Amino acid sequence: MSEKNDILVQVDHLTKYFGIKGVKGPGVQAVEDVSLFIKRGETLGLVGESGCGKTTLGRTILQLHEPTSGTIVYDGQTIYQHEYPFEAKNVQVKGKDGAMHEQSVLVKKPVPRAKAVDMLPYRRKMQIIFQDPSASLDPRMTVGEIIGEALDIHKLCSTKKDRTDRIKELLSMVGLNTEHANRYPHEFSGGQQQRVGIARALAVRPEFIVCDEPISALDVSIQSQVVNMLEDMQQDLGLTYLFIAHDLSVVRHISNRIGVMYLGTLVELAESYELNKNPIHPYTKTLLSAVPVPDPEVSRTRQRIVLEGDIPSPMNPPTGCRFHTRCPYATEKCKEAVPQLKEHAPGHWAACHLLG
Amino acid sequence: MEQNQKTGKLLEVKDLHVSFFTPAGEVKAVGGISYDLNYDEVMGIVGESGSGKSVEAYSIIGLLQSPGKVVGGSITLEGEDVLAKSKEEMIALRGSKVAMIFQNPMTCLNPVYTIGNQLIEALKAHDKKVSKEEASKRAMEMLELVGINNVAKRMKQYPHELSGGMRQRVMIAMGLICHPQLLIADEPTTALDVTIQAQILELMKDLQKKTHMGIIFITHNLGVVAEICDKVSVMYAGKMVEQGPVDDIFYKPGHPYTMGLLRSMPRVDAESYERLIPIEGTPVDMLNPPEGCPFAPRCEYAMKICLQKMPPYVELGENHRSACWLRVQEQMEREKQGAAEQKEVPDHE
Repeated sequence: MSEKNDILVQVDHLTKYFGIKGVKGPGVQAVEDVSLFIKRGETLGLVGESGCGKTTLGRTILQLHEPTSGTIVYDGQTIYQHEYPFEAKNVQVKGKDGAMHEQSVLVKKPVPRAKAVDMLPYRRKMQIIFQDPSASLDPRMTVGEIIGEALDIHKLCSTKKDRTDRIKELLSMVGLNTEHANRYPHEFSGGQQQRVGIARALAVRPEFIVCDEPISALDVSIQSQVVNMLEDMQQDLGLTYLFIAHDLSVVRHISNRIGVMYLGTLVELAESYELNKNPIHPYTKTLLSAVPVPDPEVSRTRQRIVLEGDIPSPMNPPTGCRFHTRCPYATEKCKEAVPQLKEHAPGHWAACHLLG
Repeated sequence: MEQNQKTGKLLEVKDLHVSFFTPAGEVKAVGGISYDLNYDEVMGIVGESGSGKSVEAYSIIGLLQSPGKVVGGSITLEGEDVLAKSKEEMIALRGSKVAMIFQNPMTCLNPVYTIGNQLIEALKAHDKKVSKEEASKRAMEMLELVGINNVAKRMKQYPHELSGGMRQRVMIAMGLICHPQLLIADEPTTALDVTIQAQILELMKDLQKKTHMGIIFITHNLGVVAEICDKVSVMYAGKMVEQGPVDDIFYKPGHPYTMGLLRSMPRVDAESYERLIPIEGTPVDMLNPPEGCPFAPRCEYAMKICLQKMPPYVELGENHRSACWLRVQEQMEREKQGAAEQKEVPDHE
C-alpha cells in the first residue's frame, strides 16, 4: 500500500448485519469483512449485482448505517472501531432427513460498546449523492432551502447575503440557472434534480463524496452530461469519489480503481484498465462478459459466460466462498474455507482459492 | 413447439398517430410512424423515456388506456386490420396472436394466484376445451422451455417466492403459451441485473430461433439492441428519426440523435479513457413540442429549416432511412451533381 497520508479513507474488516426482529443470529449479512482504502483524489468504483451490499458499504462508511464491526479511518483519524460481536459455534441441527447433525452458526458474544465519535465535523468532509433524485429532495422545500440547509447546519455562512451568494454559486456550478433557487424539486427534470442533489452535496465543500448510483435513474442522453460534470467537479475541487453503480461500463469509465462485490464480500479490486483486461476472479469474468456492448459485430463474435441460477439470499449466505454455488470452477475447498483477499499482481487483489 | 415457418410480412404499421387528451392539452405521443416486421425478425425500438416507444407498442396490442387514442394511421397484423377490430375480437387476438411481456414482472403477475394457476388461465382463455390435465401439462412444458427447473414445485408457488429473473421467465412462458406470432417485449431486462439480463437475452434468442416469431424489443439500452435485434427504429419525441438494419444503425448512423446516443455511451471494452460527448439540453416537453424537427433544439448541426419543418425520410441504404435535413441536403446535392454530369456528357461528345 502507498504512503499513509495519501490514503483518505481506510476501511478494515468492515461488517454490517441487519438484525431481524424475532430471528436469532446475525440476520441479513449485507457487508461481510470488507477491507479497502481510497486514495486522495481518486475515484474508486464499486460494482456488483443488486443486493450485493455495495450501497450498504457506501452508507456504512459514512455511518449512515451504524456498522456492526470493523474499523473506519478517515484522514488518519479513527472514526469507528468495534470488535466483531459474533462467534461461530457448532450446534446440533435437525436436518431435512430428520437426523441430527452438526452445523456452524453465528452466536452473539458480549463485546464492549463502540466508542462514540462526534460525526458532525466529519459530515462536512464526507457527503453523499443519492440514486433517486426525486426521492432524496424534500418536495416541500425550495431548491434554495435544500442547499441552504446544509450551510446552516455547519454554520458556514455568517450573513444572509453570503448564504444567498453561495447558493447561487453552487447552482451555477452544477449548470442550473441561479434564478431557480426559488423553485421546488418537482419543477425540474430528472437530470436537473440530480444536479440539485450534487449541489447540495458540494455545499459544505466536502473532500469525499459517495456517489450512490447517481445516474442510473436518468435517461441515456442525460447520463453522460452528469458523468462529465462529476469528472469536472473532481478536477476543479480535488474531490475523492466512491462511485457505486451496477453499470460496469460507466464505472469503468469514471474510476481509477474498481472493486467488485458479490453477496457482501469484496471479490476483486484492481486498477480500472487492469480489471477489464485481466479479470482474475471467476465472478468478475462473468460480470464483464454479461455487459452488453453497443456493437453488433462484437456481440456476434464474443464468447459469453452465462451464470446459472440467482444470487443467494444474504440472510443465509453459502459457506466458504460465497460464490461457490454459482461458480463453474468450484471445488470442495471453496465450500469450506473463506478465501481471503490477496494481492496477485501489484495493486490487483482478488479473493479466490483457485488463484492460490 | 416447432412451428411451420412462415415468411413475409407479419406486421405493418403505417403512419400511426397516437394522442393523449389531457386536461393540459393534446399530447402527440406518437406522431406518424411507419414500419413493417417480418416473421422471424427482431426489431428493436430505442428511445428515451417519453419518446412514445411503449405507447406505440400498446396500440398494437390494444392496451392503450384513456385518455390515449389512436387518431390516425393503420396497423395490419397478418393481413388483418387491428384497429378495426371489436373489443371481443381484440381479447381473442391478445395472447393468441400477439403477446406482450413487461418491464416489471412483479407488478404484472397476480400476487394471490400461483404460477401454475396463472399459466393455465392464460391457456384456457383462448382454448376453452382444453382439459385440466392437458393444460397443466402444457404449462409445465412451457416452464421447462424457459429454463425453470423443478417445474412441479414451481407451479404451486406464488410470484413472491421467485426471484426477479425467475419471474421474468414466468412472464415469458405466459406470453408464449398460446404460440403467438408476435411478441412485444417492453424493456424486459431493464429491471434485472446484468448477469440475469444475459440469461434472459440468451433465452429469448433461443426461443425466437425455435418458434420463428416476430419480436418487437423495446429498450433504451443500445448494448441490448446490438445483442438481439436484426433491425432498429430510433424514436425521439414521438417521431421515428431513424430506421435500419442493426449494422447500419451502429456503423453508419444517419441521424444526429443516433450518433449522439452512440457517442455518449461509455463502452466496457474501450481501449483507453475517452471523455464522453453528451447530448446537450433536456428531452422535449411533449405538451409544447418544438416546431419542425423535435431534436433541433439539442442538435449541434441544427439549421434554420430544422426549426421550421419536419424533415422527410431519406433513403440511406437498403431499408435504412433517416429523417434529417442534413441528409436531405446531401441527397439534393447528389442529385444536382448527377444532373450536371448527365448534362455535361452530351456536351463533350
